[in-house]
Amino acid sequence: MEVKQYTSKDYDVIVVGAGHAGCEAALAAARMGNDTLLMTINLEMVAFMPCNPSIGGPAKGIVVREVDALGGEMGRNIDKTYVQMRMLNTGKGPAVRALRAQADKRLYSIEMKHTIEKQPHLTLRQGIVDDLIVEDGTIKGVVTNTGARYGAKTVVLTTGTAARGKIIIGELTYSSGPNNTQPAKKLSGNLEKLGFELHRFKTGTPPRVDGNTIDYTDTEEQPGDTQPNHFSFESSDEDFLSVKEQLSCWLTYTNETTHKLIRENLDRAPMFSGIVKGVGPRYCPSIEDKIVRFADKPRHQLFIEPEGRNTDEYYLQGLSTSMPEEIQQKLIHSIKGLEHAQMMRPGYAIEYDIVAPYQLRPTLETKLIKGLYTAGQTNGTSGYEEAAGQGILAGINAGLKALGKNQVILKRSDAYIGVMVDDLVTKGTNEPYRLLTSRAEYRLILRHDNADLRLTALGHQLGLISEERFAAFNRKKEAIEDEMKRLKEVRIKPNEQVNAFLATKGAAPLKDGVLASEFLRRPEVSYADLLRFIPAPEAPLKQREIEQIEIQFKYDGYIKKAYRKVEKLKKMEAKRIPELIDYTAIEGLATEARQKLQKIQPETLAQASRISGVNPADISILAIYIEQGKIAKLKKKGA
Amino acid sequence: METATEFDTIAAISTPPGEGAISIVRLSGEEAIQDTQKVFSGKNLLHVASHTINYGHIIDPQTHQEIDEVMVSVMRAPKTFTREDVVEINCHGGIVATNRILQLLLSNGTRLAEPGEFTKRAFLHGRIDLSQAEAVMDLIRAKTDRSMQVALKQLDGNLAHLIKNLRQDILSVLAQVEVNIDYPEYDDVEEMTTRLLKEKALEVKQRIQQLLETAKQGKVLREGLATAIVGRPNVGKSSLLNHLLHEDKAIVTDVAGTTRDVIEEYVNVRGVPLKLVDTAGIRETADKVEKIGVERSKKAIDQADLVMLVLNSSEPLTTEDRQLLALTAKKKRLVLLNKGDLEQKIDLEELRKLLGSNEELLTMSVLKNKGLAELETKISKLFFGGIENSQTTVMVTNTRHIALLKRAEKALDAVLKGIEDNMPVDLVQIDMTSCWDLLGEITGDSYQDELLNQLFSQFCLGK
Repeated sequence: MEVKQYTSKDYDVIVVGAGHAGCEAALAAARMGNDTLLMTINLEMVAFMPCNPSIGGPAKGIVVREVDALGGEMGRNIDKTYVQMRMLNTGKGPAVRALRAQADKRLYSIEMKHTIEKQPHLTLRQGIVDDLIVEDGTIKGVVTNTGARYGAKTVVLTTGTAARGKIIIGELTYSSGPNNTQPAKKLSGNLEKLGFELHRFKTGTPPRVDGNTIDYTDTEEQPGDTQPNHFSFESSDEDFLSVKEQLSCWLTYTNETTHKLIRENLDRAPMFSGIVKGVGPRYCPSIEDKIVRFADKPRHQLFIEPEGRNTDEYYLQGLSTSMPEEIQQKLIHSIKGLEHAQMMRPGYAIEYDIVAPYQLRPTLETKLIKGLYTAGQTNGTSGYEEAAGQGILAGINAGLKALGKNQVILKRSDAYIGVMVDDLVTKGTNEPYRLLTSRAEYRLILRHDNADLRLTALGHQLGLISEERFAAFNRKKEAIEDEMKRLKEVRIKPNEQVNAFLATKGAAPLKDGVLASEFLRRPEVSYADLLRFIPAPEAPLKQREIEQIEIQFKYDGYIKKAYRKVEKLKKMEAKRIPELIDYTAIEGLATEARQKLQKIQPETLAQASRISGVNPADISILAIYIEQGKIAKLKKKGA
Repeated sequence: METATEFDTIAAISTPPGEGAISIVRLSGEEAIQDTQKVFSGKNLLHVASHTINYGHIIDPQTHQEIDEVMVSVMRAPKTFTREDVVEINCHGGIVATNRILQLLLSNGTRLAEPGEFTKRAFLHGRIDLSQAEAVMDLIRAKTDRSMQVALKQLDGNLAHLIKNLRQDILSVLAQVEVNIDYPEYDDVEEMTTRLLKEKALEVKQRIQQLLETAKQGKVLREGLATAIVGRPNVGKSSLLNHLLHEDKAIVTDVAGTTRDVIEEYVNVRGVPLKLVDTAGIRETADKVEKIGVERSKKAIDQADLVMLVLNSSEPLTTEDRQLLALTAKKKRLVLLNKGDLEQKIDLEELRKLLGSNEELLTMSVLKNKGLAELETKISKLFFGGIENSQTTVMVTNTRHIALLKRAEKALDAVLKGIEDNMPVDLVQIDMTSCWDLLGEITGDSYQDELLNQLFSQFCLGK
C-alpha cells in the first residue's frame, strides 16, 4: 500500500545523511543561523567510522586542520576521543608533516551526536529520504519514506555508501548500507529521473578480530607520541594524553602462505569473478588486488589497530577483502600473531552510487538544480576527512544561499579542500578520490601549521568562529608579525660567543654582522639558539608562534616562489566565463576541447585551462569570444 | 605548469626578419619592465618615467658578458598597444645579437609570444576593433587545427626521445619522494634522501648541458645555415620555398596592419637549420612577376653559406642562368633542375661543362613533389660532412627549446643549492618538479596525473 504523504515542517537547510560530510554541513548551516534539519537513516550511525578507526595522515590531516580553522567540528571531536596521536613525516619539511590519530570509534560517534543535539537551530532526525521536491529547476524540499514532506530553501545530499548500497562477501551479495545498516534504495532512481548522471563505485573494509586472541610476541609495537599535538587550534597541550594513556598499534606481515591461499581462491574473489561491477580505488586496494598486481612482493604490511577503549575489537589495516568468509578466516590464521585470532566480523566490499562530480560547481551546488548541494562519498571521494572538508563547504554555501548571500569558493592555493573540489569538478574521477600531497601544486603554502592563518578570518566572517577564538587568533597573528618585524631589525655581531656556538654546529663563523632574521635562516640555527644572542621579546612567544617564525624565515625562498606562481594565475582565476555557453557554436576550438568544455562548463578561464585536452590556443579563442560577448547560450534543460 | 598561461609576460622580435639597421625586441605584460631589468645595465628601468627611451647595455646576468648596446623604450599601461606594460629594446647588433637578446629574456622566464598574441591582447583590453581581432582568431585557429602533432613533428625525433627518457628518470625519483611523504609507514621503498636526489640532479644536469652544448656548435647551428634560393623568374623558387616552409614550419604570420610576431625565417631540414636569405625577394617576384635583378641575387648569394640554384629543365639555358652559375661557382651550392616532369629542353652537356667536376645535378619537380626527399638528403649530407645524420645526433636549434632547457638547468641548480643548504627533501623536490615540467613543455607532455599513475604502478600502496 502506498504511504500517504503529509506536510511537515519547513526548514532553511536540510542535510540528508549524518556521516562525516553531513555532520559538518549541518553544523555549519545551523551555526550561520539557519533553521537546519539533519536526516539520517540510523541515529546510532551519526559520524560513524565504518572502515579504519583513524583520522588524519598526510594531506588528510591538513584537511582536518582546515575544517577546524573554518569552525568545523572534526578536529575538536577527534581531540576529545582519540586513543593515540602521532605526527608523521617529522624528518621532512613543514609542508608534509602530518598528524594522525587513532580514534575510539564508538566515542567519536557519541560525542559528535551529542554536539549536534546541543546545537541551537539544528534538529537531528531518523528517516530515509526517498525523493526531492523540485520546482522550476529549484530545490524545494525532501520527501521521506514515512511520507513526511519537508520544505527547504536548500538541500545538501551526503548519502555516502548508503545510496543503493550493496555488500559483497564472496558469493554472498545483499542490499545494504555501511556496516549492515539500511540502504537508501529509492533516492538514486529519483536523482536519475531528475537528469543526474550516476556512477557506481566500490570500496571495502577488512575483517575485525578479537584482541584477546592475538599473540603480540612477534609483532612490532607502535606507540603514540610523547610530544603534544592536536587537530584543533582550540585544544590545549595540558589535555594531551601521556604515552601510557594512549593505546598502541601493532605491525605484522602477510607471507607466502597468505598469498598462496589468495591465488588458489581467486575464482571465488568477487573482485575477479565479475560480481563487483563498481570501480575501486588504486590507493586502497584489497589484499587480493595487491597479490595480483604486485605478484613479486614477498610480504605486505599489516597494522593491527584498536577500535576503541571499551572494546577488544581490532581492525586489520592492510587486509581489506571481499573473499568468502571461510577464506578470510584462513587468511587471518596464516599471519604471524593472528594464528589463533578469532574473527569478529568479516571484511566486505560495498558498491554504491555517486553523482558524477562534473555536474557540480566549485561551490558544490549542482548545475542542474538550484539550491541542491552534494558532498562526501556522493561526489566520488573516499575518506572521512575528504567528506568533512566537502561537507563544511557545502554546508557553508547551502547556508549562505538560504540567507541570500554570495557563495564561497576555495581556490587551489587556499586549501587542500580547494584542490579536492577543483579536481572533482574539473577533472572528475574514475575511482574513489583520495587526497594526496602530490595533488597539491602549492603544498608548501597549504601546511597544517598555517591552516588558521589561511582560513580562520573567513570562518569568522561566516559566523563559524567565536569572538573569543578570533581574538586569540589575532593575538597569535600579531605576535608572529611583530617578532618577525623585530628580527628584521636586530643585528647580531660576530663575537666569540656567536662563533663558538657556530663551531659546535660545525658551521662557518660569522665575519660581518647580520640581521637576526638572516641568522635564523641558517639550517643549524633555531629560534631558541637565536635568543642567546639577542634580547628576548617583551612577551615570550608560544611554541606555535615560534614554529611559524622559523618556517617563514627558513623556507622563505621556496614560499615566495610558490606565491609568485599563485600570483601569476590570479588574472586567469578572475576571468569569469558566463554561464551555460554553447561551445559547439564557437569556431576554432579543437574537437576534444570543445567536448570537454561543453560537458564541464568551467566557471573561470583558469579552471578551463586545467581541463586535460584543453590547450593554450583553445583558451585564447575562448578569451576572445568572452571579450566579444557574442556567446551562444545553451537552452536550459527541462525548463 | 611552469609557463604558457594566458596572461604571462611575452616577448618576440617585432621587426621583420633579416638584416636591418635596427631590430626591436618587444615585451608585453605585468613583468615586462622587471624582466628587461634583469638583463639590462643602465638606468633602473623600474624607476624611469613612462614613455621614455633609455640608453644602456644588455648583459647576460650569469656570464656578465655584454651582448649589445641598446635603447630601451619603457611604456607603462594603459597607454600602450596592448594596454599592458610594454618594453621595446632597440638593438643595433643585427639579427644575431637580436636573437641572443630574445634568448636571454626567454631563459630568464619571459615566454615567447604566440603568433598574433600582441594583437590578441590589444583586443582583449579593448584597444582594437573586432575586424582586426578576427584576423588574429584565424591565426590562432590555424595553429589549433594543426594542433599538438605538428608541434611534436617540429621536434627532432631523437630529441623528443631523449627528453622523454630524462623525464621518465626524473619521474621515478619524484614518485619515490612522494611515496615517502604520502605513505610514511610504507617500508618497501628506499627512503629518498637528498644524497640520492643530488646524484640524480647532477646526472640530469649533465645531460641537459650536453644538449645545450649542441645548441652552441658553431655559428651555423646557432644562427642557421644562411641559404639563398636563386634563379631567374618562374623557375619555381617560390614553390620550393613554400614547400620548405610548409613541411617544417609555417612562419609567415604577419597580418596586414598588425605586428609581425615572427622571430625567424628559419626552416629545419632533417635537423639542419636553414636561415633563408631574402625570401621577401622571392615572394615579390612571385607576386608581381617583377624581374629579379641580378644585383639583388648577387647580394643574396654574398650573404649565403649555401645556395640553391634553380634552373628550368623545360627551357634552354639563358644568359641569366649562366650569370647565376658563374656567380655561385665558388659557393657551396646545389644545382636543381626543376620542372623535370615536363619535356626536357635544357642542354645537359653544356650545363655539365659549367659545373664543377664532382658536382651533381638534381632533377626534380616541386609541383609533382618529386626529388624533394633527395634534396633534403643532400642538404643533410652537405651539412654533416657526408656523415648521415645518425640516430645519436641530437641537435637543439629551436629558440623555445633552448630557453626551456636553460630554465630546466636553472631548476636543477636550485635543487643542488637546496641540498647544499640542507633543505628537507620535499622542498628540494619542488625544483625537481619544475625541471620535469619544463622538459615536458618541450615535448608537449603535461598530463597532470602522470605522477600519480607512476606512484601507483611503482609501489603497492594502501591500507
